[in-house]
Amino acid sequence: MTVIEVRNLAKRYGETVAVRDVSFSVEPGEIFGILGPNGAGKTTTVECISGLRTPDSGAITVLGHRAGDKALRSRVGVQLQESELQDKLTVREALELYSSFYPNPADWRGLVGDLGLTAKVKTRYGKLSGGQKQRLSIALALLGNPEIAILDELTTGLDPQARRDTWDLISGIRDRGVTLLLVTHFMEEAERLCDRIAVIDKGEVVALDTPGGLVQRAGDEQRIRFRPSVDFADELLTELPEVRELRRQGSRIEVVGSGNLLHAVISVLARDGIVAAELTLEQASLDDAFVHLTRGE
Amino acid sequence: MSVFLKLTLTELKITFREPVYIFFTLLFPVLLIAILGNVPTMQETPPELGGLRLIDVYAGLALGLAIGIIGLQGLPSVLATYRERGILRRLATTPVRPGLLLGAQLAMNLLTVLVSAVLVYTVANLAFDVPIPESPLLLLVAILLNCSGAFAVGLLLAAVAPSGKTANAIGTFLFFPLMFLAGLWVPRELMPELLRRLGDFTPFAAGQDLMTDALAGQSPAFLSITVLIGYLVICGAAAVKFFRWE
Ligand SMILES: Nc1ncnc2c1ncn2[C@@H]1O[C@H](COP(=O)(O)OP(=O)(O)OP(=O)(O)O)[C@@H](O)[C@H]1O
Ligand SMILES: [Mg+2]
Repeated sequence: MTVIEVRNLAKRYGETVAVRDVSFSVEPGEIFGILGPNGAGKTTTVECISGLRTPDSGAITVLGHRAGDKALRSRVGVQLQESELQDKLTVREALELYSSFYPNPADWRGLVGDLGLTAKVKTRYGKLSGGQKQRLSIALALLGNPEIAILDELTTGLDPQARRDTWDLISGIRDRGVTLLLVTHFMEEAERLCDRIAVIDKGEVVALDTPGGLVQRAGDEQRIRFRPSVDFADELLTELPEVRELRRQGSRIEVVGSGNLLHAVISVLARDGIVAAELTLEQASLDDAFVHLTRGE
Repeated sequence: MSVFLKLTLTELKITFREPVYIFFTLLFPVLLIAILGNVPTMQETPPELGGLRLIDVYAGLALGLAIGIIGLQGLPSVLATYRERGILRRLATTPVRPGLLLGAQLAMNLLTVLVSAVLVYTVANLAFDVPIPESPLLLLVAILLNCSGAFAVGLLLAAVAPSGKTANAIGTFLFFPLMFLAGLWVPRELMPELLRRLGDFTPFAAGQDLMTDALAGQSPAFLSITVLIGYLVICGAAAVKFFRWE
């Protein structure tokens, strides 16, 4: 049984087509990611799934109900990209208030602990930092013990430590059997957390695959940068079958190629007694895949 | 505790963290009475007032001022801000309907007006011998009707204003003429016929007439009741129809 099924979703705002044609389905217990450039239609898509917007056409089923069905409100937790609280409301008051909305709320103290907000429970919303507001927003989305959590820009605005803590929290929630739909701009986050990713561009799904699968589509291009101990002629490396391109940036050299590139390059350099200092190797990443898939023509 | 009660208490709590709100709704009306009560001319009984003194009429006006401030300034700008900041949208993702927060705001403001009424009439009675109405029930009905007109207008403002700032601006723009017609500067009874007639059809003036009727022990004016219920029904329905949740 699929948990979320989106078929040929389309939504426009006046003249602006926000979502042209989006279809995907999310399986139980899965962490499903949505990636895409700004304005691609990600938020519009998840807001349609959350029942906040009515699609112009297409069909969305969530837990067997039509999106927007009131039976879903206690079973789906939503963190909106832009949504605030009253400035004078304290963190604790907000959590207690929102707990009272749900038939079977989670223990908010636990959530607040996991999200590193315990020291701030008495603080008013207006006095929280951006990242702390974001953490509270995540807590509110998870407060109802939802079967599905829809999180739009989960970790935007969080510092690196808070981001990692949130990833741990999300993994823990998934282990409890919750299905997660994440919108994100962070490739590392998508790579770490997501079982599958839909890349959306200009309102359409341009790729839907596992993170590994997406990376493969970008090709297995590799990039080596180093500073040679003595200078050498380009041909020394460009004659190697693994090397496609050699560029010089001052005293640094960048070699682009594929296959067993590192081994081939190092062997030749070693043979001629050249030491490669400050050596780095970059492999194709989800970043490259993303740029490759959504490059504007 | 029901969710509505919890929402109302929460709204009450955060509103009372707003010193400006407390000042204008609870302190200012009492202050106004305390100051006016010490002005000698306020003890006069112009024949138009049918036996009441000016200060007696101003007790109702002081409360009407608080109702006007809430209806035209507090309510619309708070609700428009709730919309602007996505608070209503966030609620829409929970089992609670965002309309309940509107209801909680109305209940909270009504509660504030009732507390203010007790303060105003207690001070007015103890310090300046303003009579306590023979029928407190009529006074309560007058206050409730006065609020329903004002709050319905406020809701409609919140519904159509594009932002909290605009809501505030329109509210302020309406505030002074409506308060003038209600008699805040010259009591309605002493106004030229034309202005009084004009006032009959505005919410705060109609509300003020009911307050005076209750104080004088007269049966409430049918026209004022009709006008206020008209505002409640028409502005209320329009607000429900046009309210944008985002
Ligand atoms: N309420 C709205 N009214 C009109 N146009 C809108 C509205 N919301 C979004 N749009 C437009 O629809 C398109 C898609 O917006 P959407 O918010 O879904 O993008 P997104 O993928 O979430 O972008 P981001 O990464 O910046 O959050 C954009 O062109 C945007 O300008
Ligand atoms: Mg977005």
